[in-house]
Amino acid sequence: MTAVPATSSRTWRSAIRDLSDGWRQRQLWSHLGWQDIRQRYRRSVLGPIWISISMAVTAIALGVLYSGLFDLELALLLPHVLVGFIAWNFISGCISEGSEVFIANEGLIKHLPAPLSVHVYRLVWRQLLFFVHNLLVYLVMLVVFPQDLHWTAVAAIPALVLLALNGAWVALALGVITTRFRDILPITQSVVQLMFFLTPIVWVYDDLVNSPNPAIADRARLAEFNPFLHFIEIIRRPLLGQDQVLRHWVVVLAITVVGWALTMVVLRRYRSRVSYWV
Amino acid sequence: MNVSNNSTLVTSAPIGITTKDACVDFPIFDAKSRSLKKTVMGLVGGNIDSGRKVPIIEALRDITVDLEHGARVGLVGHNGAGKSTLLRLLAGIYEPTRGSAEVRGRVAPVFDLGVGMDPEISGFENIMIRGLFLGMTRKQMLEKVDDIADFTELGDFLHMPLRTYSTGMRVRLALGVVTSIDPEILLLDEGIGAVDAAFLEKSKQRLVALVERSGLLVFASHSDEFLRELCDTAIWMEHGRIRQHGEIEDVLRAYKSGRP
Repeated sequence: MTAVPATSSRTWRSAIRDLSDGWRQRQLWSHLGWQDIRQRYRRSVLGPIWISISMAVTAIALGVLYSGLFDLELALLLPHVLVGFIAWNFISGCISEGSEVFIANEGLIKHLPAPLSVHVYRLVWRQLLFFVHNLLVYLVMLVVFPQDLHWTAVAAIPALVLLALNGAWVALALGVITTRFRDILPITQSVVQLMFFLTPIVWVYDDLVNSPNPAIADRARLAEFNPFLHFIEIIRRPLLGQDQVLRHWVVVLAITVVGWALTMVVLRRYRSRVSYWV
Repeated sequence: MNVSNNSTLVTSAPIGITTKDACVDFPIFDAKSRSLKKTVMGLVGGNIDSGRKVPIIEALRDITVDLEHGARVGLVGHNGAGKSTLLRLLAGIYEPTRGSAEVRGRVAPVFDLGVGMDPEISGFENIMIRGLFLGMTRKQMLEKVDDIADFTELGDFLHMPLRTYSTGMRVRLALGVVTSIDPEILLLDEGIGAVDAAFLEKSKQRLVALVERSGLLVFASHSDEFLRELCDTAIWMEHGRIRQHGEIEDVLRAYKSGRP
């Protein structure tokens, strides 16, 4: 059984080719990504505008609730919650849908030869489209609660690119792993839910860290270990006209590099196994 | 060499499929070891059974074929002999667990006419998506839509969601798309039923034309008549191995009598 060497398709080249071949099929996955969104709101009168509406309702409700609880001004907290929640929706969408990206596409994987990355690009593209719909709410918010925006707001664009890059590796790596170990799926879903509360989306990190109560300040500082804090901050700060913090960018860049490196290892080793596992 | 299951790049190399001692083993995890708990517990408790923890189905064994441009190969064999798995190996969907397989050219697999069809969207949109999946561009598909509409005779139904179609209408739609493309490597699995006789005659002509356009054909079927019409050589699969590979008449005769 050991006489024949393992198949030589487990090479870096074939892993990279999966990514580049998938990228070349842009027409396919961009069409499918749109289709997914149109599909979800088919036969509804307002269609995809519902994405924006439900975002607005959630953000307003959370903003009103927590500004009361924390005794903060609504004009300050609502934009904070809204932008944080928009970014979080993108992140959590990539993670929770990413963990079942190959399981959900079992039929396609078993019947049509396509690079695995096609399914991941489709997912990230769909999440980006959600993000754009949610940006409408952000624009409305800018009218109601004008922010002190500078030219530095363009930093939101590289921030979004970084979010998408990370969404792609997370979906690829988690997708492959959950296809093999199905228990990871519910674990991921509950961790994502938990992280929503541990990440400063409805609460303000700076306020708690500078709290006069040292116990609270110490506890809040633990959030630095939460990678999601840094992802949220790099995109929220420019969109709200706040000063950039280098630390967040460094952490995100490091996670991007390390994450992709690990994902390439996973992809190289297990890419060809996915069609056997689904 | 490795499997270039996708397409666009390998246009310079001549079309073909080469496999050498390719094996396909399916691990069957079911409840036994697909869960992380079992693996973790297994690590803690040490290896109790000395054999493999995951049972394996050896679907294909030592498949060595060399198919070149112009090949018209029929696949025969009993149910479960490995015909469908072999087609998936040749499509590059399964990369061999051992041995090697190389696919040169754009593959159009037609295994299940229902896959990639969305019941909620219209026939037109399904045509588009199906075509994109088969490696066509959006522009190419737009050019072909009228032709497909003519062929399927579905008329205004093409604007209706697919869920309103009868089974026969779905098959027409799927066949219409599939026979309109220009594949380099065409892999057909049978299952072309549920169409009325007149339409079958019409689609037969289109299938024959499609086969003539394609650079390489592998066709799995139980119908001798269809096999003789489309293929000139044949492979007889048995228990995941190639029992015989040769002229279609020889293989069919041997297959019927049970020995090569």
